[in-house]
Amino acid sequence: MTLAELPLVVVLIGLAAYTTLGGADFGAGMWQLTAGRGPDAERLRDHAHRALAPVWEANHVWLVFVLTVAWTAYPVVVGAVASTLTVPLFLAALGVIARGAAYALHSGTRTSSERRRVDTVFAAASALTPFALGAVVGGIVSMRVPVGNAAGSLWTSWLNPSSVAVGVLAVVLSAFLAAVYLAADAARIGEPDLERRFRARALGSGVLAGAVALGALAVLRVDAPLVGEGLLRWPGSVALVLSAAAGLTSLALVGARRHEAARVTAALAVAAVVAGWGLAQRPVLLPGLTADRAAAPAPTLVGLLIAVVGGAVLLAPSLGLLFALVLRGRFDPGPPAPATCDAQAPPGRAGAASPPAGRRSSWVAVGLLVAGTGLLTVAESGPAHAVGVVALAGAAATGVAVVRPWALDDGPG
Amino acid sequence: MSQPFLEQARQLQALSFAAHIPLVCFGIAFPVLVLLLEGLHHRTGLRLHRTLARRWSRVMAALFAIGVITGTVLSVEMALLWPAFTATFGGVFGLGFAIEGFSFFTEAVFIGIYLYGWDRLPPRAHLASGIPIAVAGLTGSFMVISVNAWMNHPGGFTLQDGRVVDVRPAEALFANPYLWHEFVHMYVAAFLVTGFVVAGVYAMTRLRGRDTAYDRLALAVSLTVASVAAPVQVLVGDWAGRAVARYQPVKLASLEGLGHTMAGAPVHVLGWYRDGKVVDGIELPRMLSLLALHDPGAVVVGLDAVPPDQVPPVNVVRLAFQVMVCLGTLLAVLGVFTVVVLARRRRLPTARWWTRAVVVAGPASVVALLCGWVVTEVGRQPWTVYGVMRTPEAVTAAPGIPVGYAVLGTVYAGVAVAVVWVLRRLAAVPLDTDPEVDPDRGGPTRPPLPSSVRGGDAS
Ligand code: HDD
Ligand code: HEM
Ligand code: HEM
Repeated sequence: MTLAELPLVVVLIGLAAYTTLGGADFGAGMWQLTAGRGPDAERLRDHAHRALAPVWEANHVWLVFVLTVAWTAYPVVVGAVASTLTVPLFLAALGVIARGAAYALHSGTRTSSERRRVDTVFAAASALTPFALGAVVGGIVSMRVPVGNAAGSLWTSWLNPSSVAVGVLAVVLSAFLAAVYLAADAARIGEPDLERRFRARALGSGVLAGAVALGALAVLRVDAPLVGEGLLRWPGSVALVLSAAAGLTSLALVGARRHEAARVTAALAVAAVVAGWGLAQRPVLLPGLTADRAAAPAPTLVGLLIAVVGGAVLLAPSLGLLFALVLRGRFDPGPPAPATCDAQAPPGRAGAASPPAGRRSSWVAVGLLVAGTGLLTVAESGPAHAVGVVALAGAAATGVAVVRPWALDDGPG
Repeated sequence: MSQPFLEQARQLQALSFAAHIPLVCFGIAFPVLVLLLEGLHHRTGLRLHRTLARRWSRVMAALFAIGVITGTVLSVEMALLWPAFTATFGGVFGLGFAIEGFSFFTEAVFIGIYLYGWDRLPPRAHLASGIPIAVAGLTGSFMVISVNAWMNHPGGFTLQDGRVVDVRPAEALFANPYLWHEFVHMYVAAFLVTGFVVAGVYAMTRLRGRDTAYDRLALAVSLTVASVAAPVQVLVGDWAGRAVARYQPVKLASLEGLGHTMAGAPVHVLGWYRDGKVVDGIELPRMLSLLALHDPGAVVVGLDAVPPDQVPPVNVVRLAFQVMVCLGTLLAVLGVFTVVVLARRRRLPTARWWTRAVVVAGPASVVALLCGWVVTEVGRQPWTVYGVMRTPEAVTAAPGIPVGYAVLGTVYAGVAVAVVWVLRRLAAVPLDTDPEVDPDRGGPTRPPLPSSVRGGDAS
């Protein structure tokens, strides 16, 4: 492993996270689409919506993360991929817009028919986006993206057997993951009938996903031999076997209603596919271009890796907190826990409003404003400007404290 | 291969920015407003403060979701439209976006916790979970702006045969003297836009005659924040102008329509740039030299300093600049007036002209914001990376840009309609169905802000 390959590991970890977390969000959308009509269907859709509401934004950021790391570490590759695979990337962007918009709209819906219409948009976009992203991967693995600005075909780079196979696989895997997770969520909040329905969906889509995966492997062997063969050879084969084993275990666990364990194995099965891709294609990124030659200069890579490690140190606990809260059911519907409800809010202090901020604060605000103006506008050195900006920020904050807009003399105006 | 649709590519980029930037202002400043109110609730125990904080947090989350998608589209588009730019310089500026990515992660994680944590987390923990949102808004915008500042004043690399060598990414992004004014100006703009737009909405309901304690609180808080920011923004804008004079003299010349390099250069208000000079404008002699270089006799570089093919579209830049400065000044006047009245009379002005002015201030601040970006981006033309890479060299060679443009334009129009719809729906939820003000739920209920609050309760 060289320095030039390390960011690739980061990209693959990000992709694995995106497919196992973001992918499940897509899948939840697809199950909404196939729910049908009537009160039962509505409960199913609501469950899918509620389960992912607190986490979908965080899950989605993985895509942005992958893009920016790839962009920084392998700019030539991103330039070539973006200019050749323009169409599927644009479709994925449209899907992202539609999903986000529908998600935001959901909070404004009043009737169930409004909700159904919004959910349908969400769901259709949920199938489009993973397919388009899978097609992008298919174009890359089948070596249809030459180096250069729009050097490949605009159409056959993504309308080809590999792209279709990987695209369909992405859709089916997303649906499978979502069904497993949603069954687990339903079991946690004590909704046996929802659990039963998602369990059936998990088993069905799991079997289908296995079949599609085998089919895709056959397609890749012919159409994308580098990866197709690589998956059957050491070290790619390890990932393949791991994925198959984890997939079968998941089916068994879902069957046995061991949902929380199934969550883990199902994610593992999907993540192993991503890892297998990386191992099989290594070290080639695009035709004739290896990671070593595609990578940005060393200082950039070092800077990037430092940023990623530093960011991970901050981020891991935050993500851990979010998922712990969600998985322990702290955000589940139901009456708020009595210990945390508003009654326990700190009792009002004797004064509803803080005591009048007096003349002194006004003078402080004006003084800071004058000082800041002098330092920022009249003085000409960088340090003076910096102090000036701080003084102006202080003037603004003091200004708000002087006005105390929350404690005006009221009475209808 | 050359790109026949360069203009459309630019407009597509501009359209996507114009959709993203106003939204992210709310991602930057709204968390601060919401936290201010929640913090007040902790101090005073007044339910009204919590009700407002909670309702605003819902709006914040909806706008955040749209900001996330417009931002994702931008990232994809940066690569789609300008692959040669990303391929050549991704190694230099990409680090900024990578760090920004972590800010967005933080923001997304804690928005989830904050929004779903009302009633479910202990009050202090809930308040604390909002702080990272505000911090991430600050760091995220800082990182993006560092990239933009680098495009305007590139450094930290050497170019050899079209490949960058000797890259110093940290220096390129953070040791850039162009960064600070841009960042501060944008950060303050976010408070102006958020404050005035929110205040504008409540001013509108006030004009329709609704005047509850809830509406007054919302109007007063949002408006005060915007009002203190507005005069500060004028000072920061002046600072930005001086930085432009120093690092991008041609941009300054097109801001003012200065055709020829001269000593004691004037400023023109209004008018139109034609054949090397401004016609039909009001001339303020020597002002440009004084404002930009602090010396009424100083020599200011004119547009004739560079070959004609390196001159930006002067009238676009100039018009945008004049609109921004004009609106900025008016907003500052409105802000100072409002602050003085609130501080002295301790009540909201009741004059209808004032309320109407607040309604207009919302859209006006958004227009000023977009005009500012037109100044910065169009004023940099024909360069994508100032003095290093021209826009035609950066653009994709792929066909189909007009198709993308048409589709994205339609989609964004739809998204705009959707945003308005959902915000109206959120605003229309009657207050008394909010669990917050349900008196049966216990807690230190008070009648919503009795008129005696100040006199009676001050200890
Ligand atoms: C609400 C928004 C707003 C308001 C009221 C103003 N501006 Fe502004 N301006 C922006 C929002 C903005 C911005 C956030 O859109 C820009 C674009 C790039 C940047 O850094 O800030 C900007 C850019 C910008 C630039 C170009 C900076 C560059 O290219 O690096 C100058 C010279 C000014 N502004 C000057 C002013 C002056 C003199 C103002 C006051 C009277 C003013 N602005 C009010
Ligand atoms: C002045 C410039 C910009 C500022 C201040 C800014 C700020 C922000 C902020 C605060 C957010 C958080 C979301 C929200 O609050 O709604 C956001 C989202 C985003 N922005 Fe921007 N942005 C700017 C320009 C750009 C550009 C040029 C790009 C890409 C090329 C970009 C890419 C993104 C992405 C990908 C997201 C979504 C992140 C997520 O998934 O959470 N932004 N931006
Ligand atoms: C954040 C607010 C921004 C706005 C509103 C904005 C606006 C614009 C506009 C209006 C154009 C079109 C110029 C033309 O018509 O000729 C443009 C071009 C461009 N901008 Fe920005 N920009 C912003 C920030 C950024 C940032 C942070 C980046 C980079 C990371 C960026 C990268 C570009 C590129 C690559 C182009 C195309 C090349 C060019 O025309 O110069 N912009 N932008």
